[in-house]
Amino acid sequence: MIIDYFNLSFKNLRNRRTRSFLTILGIFIGIAAVVALISIGQGLESSVAEQFENLGKDKVIIQSKSLGPPGSASGQSLLLTTRDMEVVEKTKGVFGVVGIVFKTGVIKYRDELEIAFISGVDPRDDMRFEEVQAFKIEEGRFLKPDDKYKAVVGYGHVSGGLWEKPVDLGKKIEIEGVEFRVVGVLESTGNPYDDESVLISKEVMRDIMNLGEEETQLYAKVIQGEDPVEIAERIARELRRFRDEKEGEETFTVQTAEQLFESFQNILGILQAVLIGIAAISLLVGGIGIMNTMYTSVLERTREIGIMKSIGAKNSNILSIFLIEAGMLGLVGGLIGVAIGIGLGKMAQAIAYGALGSSLLQVSFPAWLIIGALVFSFVVGCVAGTLPAVRASRLKPVEALRYE
Amino acid sequence: MKQAIQLDKVCKTYGKGHTAVQAVKNAILTVKEGDFLAVVGPSGSGKSTLMNLIGALDVPECGRILLEGLDISHMTESELAQTRGKTIGFVFQQFNLIQTLSAKENVMLPMLFQGYSAGERSDRAELVLKQVGLGHRMHHKPGELSGGEQQRVAIARALANDPKIILADEPTGNLDSKTGKDILKLLQDLNKKGKTIIIITHDQSIAKKAKKIVHIKDGVVK
Ligand SMILES: Nc1ncnc2c1ncn2[C@@H]1O[C@H](COP(=O)(O)OP(=O)(O)OP(=O)(O)O)[C@@H](O)[C@H]1O
Ligand SMILES: [Mg+2]
Repeated sequence: MIIDYFNLSFKNLRNRRTRSFLTILGIFIGIAAVVALISIGQGLESSVAEQFENLGKDKVIIQSKSLGPPGSASGQSLLLTTRDMEVVEKTKGVFGVVGIVFKTGVIKYRDELEIAFISGVDPRDDMRFEEVQAFKIEEGRFLKPDDKYKAVVGYGHVSGGLWEKPVDLGKKIEIEGVEFRVVGVLESTGNPYDDESVLISKEVMRDIMNLGEEETQLYAKVIQGEDPVEIAERIARELRRFRDEKEGEETFTVQTAEQLFESFQNILGILQAVLIGIAAISLLVGGIGIMNTMYTSVLERTREIGIMKSIGAKNSNILSIFLIEAGMLGLVGGLIGVAIGIGLGKMAQAIAYGALGSSLLQVSFPAWLIIGALVFSFVVGCVAGTLPAVRASRLKPVEALRYE
Repeated sequence: MKQAIQLDKVCKTYGKGHTAVQAVKNAILTVKEGDFLAVVGPSGSGKSTLMNLIGALDVPECGRILLEGLDISHMTESELAQTRGKTIGFVFQQFNLIQTLSAKENVMLPMLFQGYSAGERSDRAELVLKQVGLGHRMHHKPGELSGGEQQRVAIARALANDPKIILADEPTGNLDSKTGKDILKLLQDLNKKGKTIIIITHDQSIAKKAKKIVHIKDGVVK
């Protein structure tokens, strides 16, 4: 029964192909945007989740809030230093802490120059950098405590188009004009920033780059069994006391890996909500388009409605026919939209792959997204078709039959 | 014999105030089952209005209409539609087929509204189309058929739900006299098989073929 109505509606829509297509344009643009945005958002979230998973839940990350340019007075005074690191180290519940200095620097290999992230790490730390950052060695070895002009390079230096010739083990590279020998290559993390970084001794780095005692980031590992959130609060308290800052006016942030991930999720959520809101406008316009088309259709088919009533169609039958037709407009729009949305998502993934050289962004199209999008587009169609369908169903048979 | 149709002082007015037209005035009419009635009268005399009232397409302002003993004067919209679909088959001057559907689909449509399954509808549509001599044109759209053929499809559609009564409002009005005669012949055959038929016509030669003639003038049935 209902399937026959779908059949009937489908025939009608096919008869007015061009109009039907134009009508659903708004719907499928909206649905395509929603599907693409959500799938990309999901992909981003899961890839970031993976990164945080690597980092581990027992980590607390301390960063300076300083927005001042490096070297400026305001910037300088707010930076974290080795002394802050000592404070963190002594905090109860902290297993150990690692300070890392990040700077962009010029690297020369053969005759090529590249700008890359240089990470200064302390190979003497009890808690090794590789352990904290979950870096794994692909080839060679990690930095040893007395390594001076030795470097460990990210996987991107070996593969990927960063250099014309890959930087192999044992090769010499120049960082800020100083020669280093490559002793190890890191496994790819999937994150291009990590993969293109170069690790050297923090001490040497401070020396050649004229850096003071600053630390860009401190990674504290919490003693097993302790609650990272609690320890993070304790660290914040200790640092406030040491740096003589009031609560709420700190110049640093202390976040557990999980909190960091949550704040990322929040930002992503807001971003997605805004974008989907914009896509919703397209859906609204699409719905109005369907309504307009259905009104036109009811007018054009007034006589047909009269005929159907004369052969026994009830108001409810006419209502169903037009509602289903409007719903189908929405649904077909949704189908095309989902297809385009999947295409866009895949395209974004390909572009991300091309730009980052890693498969970090894996867009996914969960069943709920696709089914939800289709159901939603059908509902938009039905809602938009309600008023026209009611009008159609209420036409008086005799008058409808007289209509030319 | 049972009464197929009974009209008891039925009236119908179009419009309001001084533009009101009383299209049917106190009509009294009885049609027996198996009858073949011709309704004749000048243009604008109220023939179609009468037909629409009998066919439950419209409701009277006063009086009662009984179809197969059932009072339709105070039915709800959906009861009217149900009655219309089950007991009445309409044939119109303009054929009134749905242009986007094939002959067979047009014939299947009334059965859809009565809730028959797709299989039943298909079988019955083929049967009645063969009955009106259109077995070979079932998949053509109305636009691809001649006027006579279209009217045959319309008659097949009127037969779809096997109604007791067939109402034909000038069924030959848009056809040449030869084709018109064929259509009339078809209706006579149906009458022989027991259908009650009311036909509106301007054509005296057609009216003469009916078992009974009713005249209507200025809304008054005689
Ligand atoms: N919907 C309507 N609104 C107003 N007046 C109407 C309407 N339908 C019919 N009439 C009027 O009612 C009267 C009867 O009309 P009806 O259509 O029943 O005539 P008819 O006998 O069928 O004429 P014809 O032979 O031309 O088909 C006419 O005066 C007509 O103008
Ligand atoms: Mg008429």
